[in-house]
Amino acid sequence: MAKVPAAVIGVGQTHHRAVREDVSMAGLLREAVDRALEDAGMTFADIDAVVVGKAPDLFEGVMMPELYLADALGAAGKPLLRVHTAGSVGGSTAIVAASLVQSGVHERVLTVAFEKQSESNAMWALSIPVPFIMPVHAGAGGYFAPHVRSYIRRSGAPGHIGAMVAAKDRNNALKNPYAHLQNEGTTVESVLASTMLWDPIRFDETCPSSDGACALVIASEDAVAKSGVKNPAWIHGTQMRSEPTTASERDQVNPQAGRDASAALYKQAGITNPLEEIDCAEIYVPFSWFEPMWIENLGFAPQGDGWKLTEAGDTAIGGKLPINMSGGVLSSNPIGASGMLRFGEAALQVRGAAGEHQVDGARKALGHAYGGGSQFFAMWIVGSEKPGN
Amino acid sequence: MKVEFDYTRSLGSVLSQFMSALKQHSILGGVLADGRVVVPPPEYDPVTHAAVTELVPVSDFGVVQSWSWVAEPVAQQPLEKPFAFAQILLDGADAPLLHAVAVDSPADISTGMRVRVRWAEQPTGTIRDIAWFEPAGDAVTEGSASMEFGAPEVTGMTSPVRLAYDYAASPEETKFFRGLAEGKIYGQRCPKCEKVYVPPRGACPVDGVPTTDEVELPDRGTLTTYCVVNVPFQGQTIPIPYVSAYVLLDGADIAFLHLILDIDAADVRMGMRVEAVWKPREEWTTSLDNIKYFRPTGEPDADFDTYKHHL
Repeated sequence: MAKVPAAVIGVGQTHHRAVREDVSMAGLLREAVDRALEDAGMTFADIDAVVVGKAPDLFEGVMMPELYLADALGAAGKPLLRVHTAGSVGGSTAIVAASLVQSGVHERVLTVAFEKQSESNAMWALSIPVPFIMPVHAGAGGYFAPHVRSYIRRSGAPGHIGAMVAAKDRNNALKNPYAHLQNEGTTVESVLASTMLWDPIRFDETCPSSDGACALVIASEDAVAKSGVKNPAWIHGTQMRSEPTTASERDQVNPQAGRDASAALYKQAGITNPLEEIDCAEIYVPFSWFEPMWIENLGFAPQGDGWKLTEAGDTAIGGKLPINMSGGVLSSNPIGASGMLRFGEAALQVRGAAGEHQVDGARKALGHAYGGGSQFFAMWIVGSEKPGN
Repeated sequence: MKVEFDYTRSLGSVLSQFMSALKQHSILGGVLADGRVVVPPPEYDPVTHAAVTELVPVSDFGVVQSWSWVAEPVAQQPLEKPFAFAQILLDGADAPLLHAVAVDSPADISTGMRVRVRWAEQPTGTIRDIAWFEPAGDAVTEGSASMEFGAPEVTGMTSPVRLAYDYAASPEETKFFRGLAEGKIYGQRCPKCEKVYVPPRGACPVDGVPTTDEVELPDRGTLTTYCVVNVPFQGQTIPIPYVSAYVLLDGADIAFLHLILDIDAADVRMGMRVEAVWKPREEWTTSLDNIKYFRPTGEPDADFDTYKHHL
């Protein structure tokens, strides 16, 4: 049975902030959901199923929050699913929603991902001591910093590349009213001057802790035609891969799962030269050095050369491959939502609806998320035209 | 093992009004689109999904609709002695509230019984302001306190979560940790790929087969990569800044994280040769922290090619 063509016809997100004391978790989600439904010209009555994603429950201390959120998400009488793949969850949640449409099971699926980080402390939640093991572990930054050091050593990248990424993304965020950090005047020099947190990762090279949510409405070809939406973001391919957190000789800098997922994704989307054929990308960069690392992992550059695209300014808006036009995870990080924000921003770009951070003439865009110890990968390509496959 | 954290909750407008009213000994219900009054008020209408915006006071008297006896109360429950959990339909509400009823025995509670709120002595702006319900006898409903809806006094609450559990080590871990108690480091080799895992896993993550061959490893090796932790966080046990490094023991095929000392953090290098510094023998337990830290051996650094495939 052929896949049903599907498209994103509604995108909604919150104004991401460090603390949203004015809303409950349900209220936070509804802001994103209401905006996505409005964008799609729909109400809850039009929705067939709801797919929810968030990062591990320890982050807010609410077990299975999707049960309590059913009322707020209009899920009574409909299928309500939860997806759970650590930091990549926003991406894999969107892919599960898309697959429910592409498989012909549903016509219109609402998907939403969120994190209300202010209710807890992710650094604490990610540093729970493991019995009998040396407690040197220090949050996500402590986990990834040694691997960033390995990348720098392996690629021979100059030390300022990470700061270039951070300065670019923080300036992109100034064009995005939803972005959490609005740090005017961020420069490579100011980033380099910021405090070293997990050497080699500096404070300004680190994502913030945010409250926020993102929602998408994904519709079948028929449902797109019946909607009033004239600029759908057609889904050209979706891929997920996973691998063990640790294994002997596992490449922690350029993980196999990410390489395999992107290769399969390009094949699915009929792309032979991603750097030439993809107009822009929103990739999951919680620490600045992950931009060049994922450029290589995603096959935009040969191994060891990713940083050269960054250094040449090719990843800035107006460059050859703009990356993280929205400001990215470095500017807003409601963890569970961060992957879906990447997927949603890719959709906004090909819909020509990205506002001030729009890439002129973007027709194909990549959305990417990763999670765990670089062991879960989720990615999609969306386009302004219906897929040819 | 104990895991605990005081989570904070922001309540949103509807529950902020509800909790603020409780603090003043008044109970608010939410008016749904079909006119039903529900306590506690839901934030969103379960049928129309619209935000609930109308709140009305209901009585602190009600009727038991159904109940269940709690013979052995556990920590954090409303009463320390046996009690009933009951669905209580408050006068003025159309859906029941689940709460505790203080009676001496199951014989003292029945469906249809009238009950009333026993308010907590110290109001906190949480559902615990209703300490429990108790039999109301023939007492009649007093007028519910009138409420001024203004800016809510209570907009958040703290929700402490505690989890205590026993960690069961696998047979392979047990061997490893008991070895540490003797000052020895045991790994296991995968019979298929022949990689040596330390700590041993029981199964090779690549081949999925049991790792059966035991290998005793030396307490020295190569530092493959590392970071300098300079950020304080809750639960931290090592003073900052400290070097958190992957140590690849000689003869092992996977590195583990440990602490590096006896060297300035700025002088630590990838490829540095390191050795274990053990605690005094009388302090040894079944833990990897029998090794206090690793320190440089003074040997020449390992060539990058010898460990680059372990990054």
